[in-house]
Amino acid sequence: MSSSVETPVFIQTKSHEALPPPNLARGPIAWMRENLFPSIPNTILTLVVFYLLYVAIPPLVKFLFIDAVWTGTDRDACRAETAGHPVGACWAFVWDKINYFIYGSYPITERWRVDVWFVLLAIGVVWLLWLKAPRRDVGAVYFFIVFPVLSFILLLGSDWVGLDHVPTGLWGGILVTLIVATVGIVFSLPFGILLALGRRSRLPIIRMASVIFIEFVRGVPLITVLIMANTMLPLFLPGDITIDRLARPLVGVALFASAYMAEVVRGGLQAMPKGQYEGAMSLGLKYWQMMVFIILPQALRIVIPGIVNTFIGLFKDTSLVAIVGIFDLVKTIEASRIDPSWSAPTIGYTGYAFAAFFYFIFCWGMSRYSLGVERRLAAGQNR
Amino acid sequence: MKKAIVSIAFGLTASLIASGASAQATLNGVKQKGFVQCGSNPGLAGFGVPDAQGNWTGFDVDFCRAMAAAIFDDPTKVRFIPLTAKDRFTALQSGEVDVLARNSTVTMSRDTQLGLEFPAINYFDGQGFMVRKSLGVSSAKELNGASVCTQQGTTTELNLADYFRANNMKYEVVAFATADETFKAYDAGRCDAFTTDASGLYAERLKASNVEDHIVLPEIISKEPLAIATRQGDAQWSDIVRWTHNAMLNAEELGITKANVDQMKGSENPEVKRLLGTEGKYGEAVGLPNDWAYRIVKHVGNYGEVFEKNIGEGSRLKIKRGQNALWTKGGLQYGIPVR
Repeated sequence: MSSSVETPVFIQTKSHEALPPPNLARGPIAWMRENLFPSIPNTILTLVVFYLLYVAIPPLVKFLFIDAVWTGTDRDACRAETAGHPVGACWAFVWDKINYFIYGSYPITERWRVDVWFVLLAIGVVWLLWLKAPRRDVGAVYFFIVFPVLSFILLLGSDWVGLDHVPTGLWGGILVTLIVATVGIVFSLPFGILLALGRRSRLPIIRMASVIFIEFVRGVPLITVLIMANTMLPLFLPGDITIDRLARPLVGVALFASAYMAEVVRGGLQAMPKGQYEGAMSLGLKYWQMMVFIILPQALRIVIPGIVNTFIGLFKDTSLVAIVGIFDLVKTIEASRIDPSWSAPTIGYTGYAFAAFFYFIFCWGMSRYSLGVERRLAAGQNR
Repeated sequence: MKKAIVSIAFGLTASLIASGASAQATLNGVKQKGFVQCGSNPGLAGFGVPDAQGNWTGFDVDFCRAMAAAIFDDPTKVRFIPLTAKDRFTALQSGEVDVLARNSTVTMSRDTQLGLEFPAINYFDGQGFMVRKSLGVSSAKELNGASVCTQQGTTTELNLADYFRANNMKYEVVAFATADETFKAYDAGRCDAFTTDASGLYAERLKASNVEDHIVLPEIISKEPLAIATRQGDAQWSDIVRWTHNAMLNAEELGITKANVDQMKGSENPEVKRLLGTEGKYGEAVGLPNDWAYRIVKHVGNYGEVFEKNIGEGSRLKIKRGQNALWTKGGLQYGIPVR
């Protein structure tokens, strides 16, 4: 008997390549079946959404781009009967008024100062927000201390650096929108944190003061605060004291945003497990050390979405200052669209489309940035 | 208790207003500051609009420039504070602005209760109607049974009701929240007629999808005298406002224009001489130099010129002089003699 078992030559030594799955399980059709039409209710939803897109998108594109007027010097370019074709958005109008939208009535010869300010602002924002930027601690000092002082001297003017005085009444447009938003954001975060800590403090007076401030400010609409500041306040002050018309809403917005920020930060503080506080105290850390090194870094990370949400809300709320006669971007657009030399049926829509575009860029940028930061900070927890 | 607090608050407010008003000699303050602080409209076509560079232009704006010209011989020495309808009178009462040139209708209650004066009516406005030409209507009296687009909660709506009732006509009111919506609805054919102040009608008409299809009817159904306002209690400053306006009217009546004012200075006509300050000391009496009127006409122009440039034939609004013609031409603008 032969003991050797020979390997049969007809057996394959390696496995056959797997067959591709049937066409119905992959490719675009499968993707659609899985994601768009997995069940009857979802199919209906998909169809409804497609229908809505079909209804909304083509006319929008037609209005904003295809029928749009890009060049022209006055209303004749943007009127169907003189242009000879249906007229959509009148971008020529925005182009003609763009300087007014950016600078307001800021004197033409001094507008370079606003440009410099935009650059300084951009430097500050990038320095602070770009995580790989060198010396970000210096960046923080620059943004919170150097930059406000520089802005004040640059925009308002000062005799000892030889810059002409430009009253705030002449400021306007995007300049004012960015100033109101920046002031709100720069002030609301530190004040909000202090208020939140104050509200959780064991010292009764500090706690009461914080609670009263937060609840009072949150209890009234921003418009009320603004109208109070601009219409009522002057009546209560003696005749020879007038507070700058732009400064009043700035203070109002900053206080308002701080109160909201305080509640967001408090949410983060409450979400921290008690062990973190106890651990910090058992290490012998004092109150401020505990807060700065242990609690706040973790608590703030938890509430980044809330903070950014407040910032975005604040950025859009800046347009409310228009109600008290401050010429922010929206107000400059409203003032321009009644200009008789540009009056045409679509001028108003075009102006507002421009404003929507501007606000969208900024708010979307903020929200993307916060997503990035969240992902980076969460990396430690995903391990 | 609550009543007491409210009355104390009002008392305080009133006394503050009073103390603001008793601050005599606005003129001195203005000279010290180096500019006139002028409350203006935040945007009304033809009356106060920013141009592409952000400079304010318009009929009311030019009035403030005329004051600056009279005081400083420089029409640019004026700062405009755009005021909303809500805070315009507060701003004037609290001394934030020196003068209010913001198409404000003067009424008895405003004149007597707000601590304000209205020294000069620079524009006589009133409510009018616009209709489509195709309607074949040439007078508001033929609007029986028409549907009328108007803005909600305005005196416009009330005037409309009064007018139709007084003339025993039927109408259907279609009201909207904003002026914009109202006109859009009219333009889209929602109603037969559109009504608002006559000056506004011309501005809105320009937004129509086809301007030539619409006409403004001749009837004016309400009185809206738009006046320049000052604080009560500073007679000198109110005089300056009053005489700035009268100087512009008299200049038009005497044929003095921006172009020929230098020539006219050599005129032998005693009225011209008194107005332009080559004879008499009329300027001094209100704290101005004697060539104050010359400065106004030289830098800004006479009433007719300012009218034509901003809202009349020289502008896109093409508003007719109508009630704002000189008294010599059947209008209401009557320049008080300088003598």
